[in-house]
Amino acid sequence: MEWETVIGLEIHTQLATVSKIFSGSPTAYGAEPNTQADLVDLGYPGVLPVLNEAAVRMAVQFGLAIGAAITRRSVFARKNYFYPDLPKGYQISQYELPIVGKGHLDVMQEDGTVRRVGITRAHLEEDAGKSQHEGHTGVSAIDLNRAGTPLIEIVSEPDMRSAKEAVAYMKKVHTLVRYLGICDGNMQEGSFRCDANVSIRRKGAEKFGTRAELKNLNSFRFVEKAINHEVQRQIDILESGGQVVQETRLYDADKDETRSMRSKEEANDYRYFPDPDLLPVVLDESFIEAQRAALPELPDQKAERFQQQYGLPAYDAQLLTASREMASFYEEVARAVPAEPKLAANWVMGDFSAALNKEGLDVGASRLSAAQLGGLLRRIVDNTLSGKLAKEVFEVMWADGSDADAVIEARGLKQITDEGAIGKVLDEIIAANPKQLADYRSGKDKLFGFFVGQAMKATGGKANPALLNQLLKQKLAP
Amino acid sequence: MDVTLAGLAAGLKARRFSSVELTREALARAEASQGALNTLISITAESALAAAAVADQRLARGEGGPLTGVPMIHKDIFCTAGVLTTCASRMLSNFVAPYDATVVAKLRAAGMVMVGKANMDEFAMGSSNETSYYGPVMNPWDLARVPGGSSGGSAAAVAARLAPLATATDTGGSIRQPAALCGVTGIKPTYGRVSRYGMIAFASSLDQAGVITITAEDAALALTAMAGFDPKDSTSVDAPVPDYAATLAAPLAGLKVGIVKEFFGEGLASEVEGPVREVLAVLTKLGAQVREVSLPSLPLSVPTYYVVAPAECSSNLARFDGVRYGYRCKDPKDLIDLYKRSRAEGFGAEVKRRIMTGTYVLSAGYYDAYYLKAQKVRALITADFRRAFGEVDLLLGPTSPTVAFGIGDKTSDPITMYLNDIYTIGANLAGLPALSMPCGFAGGLPVGVQLIGPHFGEARLLNAAHRYQQETDWHLKAPAGFKAGFAP
Repeated sequence: MEWETVIGLEIHTQLATVSKIFSGSPTAYGAEPNTQADLVDLGYPGVLPVLNEAAVRMAVQFGLAIGAAITRRSVFARKNYFYPDLPKGYQISQYELPIVGKGHLDVMQEDGTVRRVGITRAHLEEDAGKSQHEGHTGVSAIDLNRAGTPLIEIVSEPDMRSAKEAVAYMKKVHTLVRYLGICDGNMQEGSFRCDANVSIRRKGAEKFGTRAELKNLNSFRFVEKAINHEVQRQIDILESGGQVVQETRLYDADKDETRSMRSKEEANDYRYFPDPDLLPVVLDESFIEAQRAALPELPDQKAERFQQQYGLPAYDAQLLTASREMASFYEEVARAVPAEPKLAANWVMGDFSAALNKEGLDVGASRLSAAQLGGLLRRIVDNTLSGKLAKEVFEVMWADGSDADAVIEARGLKQITDEGAIGKVLDEIIAANPKQLADYRSGKDKLFGFFVGQAMKATGGKANPALLNQLLKQKLAP
Repeated sequence: MDVTLAGLAAGLKARRFSSVELTREALARAEASQGALNTLISITAESALAAAAVADQRLARGEGGPLTGVPMIHKDIFCTAGVLTTCASRMLSNFVAPYDATVVAKLRAAGMVMVGKANMDEFAMGSSNETSYYGPVMNPWDLARVPGGSSGGSAAAVAARLAPLATATDTGGSIRQPAALCGVTGIKPTYGRVSRYGMIAFASSLDQAGVITITAEDAALALTAMAGFDPKDSTSVDAPVPDYAATLAAPLAGLKVGIVKEFFGEGLASEVEGPVREVLAVLTKLGAQVREVSLPSLPLSVPTYYVVAPAECSSNLARFDGVRYGYRCKDPKDLIDLYKRSRAEGFGAEVKRRIMTGTYVLSAGYYDAYYLKAQKVRALITADFRRAFGEVDLLLGPTSPTVAFGIGDKTSDPITMYLNDIYTIGANLAGLPALSMPCGFAGGLPVGVQLIGPHFGEARLLNAAHRYQQETDWHLKAPAGFKAGFAP
């Protein structure tokens, strides 16, 4: 039996506002528990919410970036349920009239094809606080610092057909919100997390299968693992004649399994209704146009420009534009070697990214500046360094933060480009290896490499390879 | 002379008495009346005397306005920093507010001296003040009768001359109905005219703060100080506040007064109808033109209200969960037990009834049939009023179908109790300003007349009420056994 997976994501994106969505408390992460919650966040009797305009601006910018219709009159609604980290007994969200309507994102897959993912809606809402059940005996602790932090919940259409596609889409959204500067994208701190609706159906079937909602997936790796696990679980059920039940399931990263949280029957009736404490959010044309004007160059636009301006393949352009920081780092490196944009791309995506990844650093925390890397590449372009030597120099630069020229000077790594000097070395080697010379001349072409190796050994690898090859050919010629 | 704010201000200015003396008098009356009337949940003697001393210093420097140094009472629904704020509920029986409501801050800034916090129906849910956790309030005109509600303590306290001014709130008639039943003047302003910040919410789209006083002139002075846009309340309206006292004396010549046909039908006691109709003669004498108008959707206002208000209440009162403040049950077994028992023990029967009703009407499958339909009817009622105000300047009718009823008479049947608000609810559903003032007596008990104005028509309402009060003295009558004025 062939099964098709159907996935839709709900991505919760914390907006990078200074203060909360309905109060003046700061949103900074990591403060002592309950020090960033004022009376509004604590749901005190008599207090009222006041909407933070910055959150509205950010939501509109997101909507414009996905080509969505911006709702001119959106309405906040109360989602009612009891939980200790939800101080008011309801979450202020948007229900029937979300601020961002239908939009889409084009997502490049691993094989280079592009799949369009529909975005149903994105709505503004407040985050809840956090309950802590571990580390306390007999009680649970509640930290309301996060309560009232602005979120947009980005709801996709069920347009994804594999865990990998879902991750690619999620990464694309992640890239986009960081480009827009509306979210710090920090998944460890919960700034960017998602729920996944997963179902399977027979290949070719039109009707969707019964879905399970996987809650609170806070890393790309977990999204992929949780979906794959859930798909297998559903296949096992259906193939053994069972039925998938609609339910909410929690992914346990430690055990790599999902387990049921609550079934459809146990689901809350949230009793949504318009929040009478807040007026509808009415946006006029000039507000929306001002947000459009404030949009930065978006990832797709930048990738397109990189292909045009630098002649890069689509794959490179995609990779280099994965974050604004990476893109501008690349552009600065490329400026140092204007004739060799592909060389710059190879280095940024290759050795440089590898070095970052090895230490788990972001571009912003790089040990080397773009100017330093550009300085190194300049010495490749002007033949001071061979590619091999350049890698060695890079390692030293990465280790101690020095400039390429200083490393070259200090270690005497400068490439030998003097014809006379290389010629002299070659003459000595040829003289010392008459048998190999004779064999080469009688047709054993492979021995060319032997002479190159000997020459490199003698020069400590510093001989300019192109020049060496050229001179050696001349000298070996009968 | 000492029965109005103007008279008290003159007395303070002429140093016939100081604010401290006036405050001591108010505190003494409050203490002495508690046993018989139970109008107050807290008496704040210490802070009152300190505030009075400060007011005296201001007055001595020639500073302050017409409210400076005058004792007053806040309904216990307003948060008052450092003072118990209970909403007359066991749920908040231990709640000391950490901040001042905007109304409280504004009247404090105007120099008023809070002497106590008024009893009320629990969370403002009731029409008789019998749902209070702190016990019923007695009507000073007849101690066996209710003062009305929910602002029963505020109305009874002003009627008994404990203070010339008490704040109140009105969600479905909670200022006007007790004002009528206690023979005092009460105004519910336009929705959004006065900030709701710090006023514990019952039904957010209907709640509005106002004031209960002896005269319309006093209400005008108080409202001028209380009203205005508040950045902390998104539903408060950013429009300039007129000096309501400045237009009180304007002539009524040409004023078009509409008699609301639907207010004079079945259910209205004839002993109430008589005095209300006599108001028309006075207004006509003052130059007003009277005509009948019809608000055909108005009879639907009670069922509409009893869907919308409980729906909002069920959500607004969810925060009282025993987790962060307020009442918490003893030894909760687990979270569900904590929720269930804290709320079951912390709320009274009427509050629970409304939370249940509200939860029901918002539930999946019922929302459209109840809540959504109620909102549509609300729009119809609002449209009726809009049409009427195309023809007339003010609407007139009774405030309450009957005079004050006996304590315990209606507690067994909530529907009968709800019908008390039949004439007042329309103004809340449409967000209109409305006022009740004394217009006579029936069997020794006060009768109130209600005036309803168009949005932001407070000045005209107060003007008409003031001119009426210049012609009559119903509002100056004090119940037997209570002084007529406030001076020591």
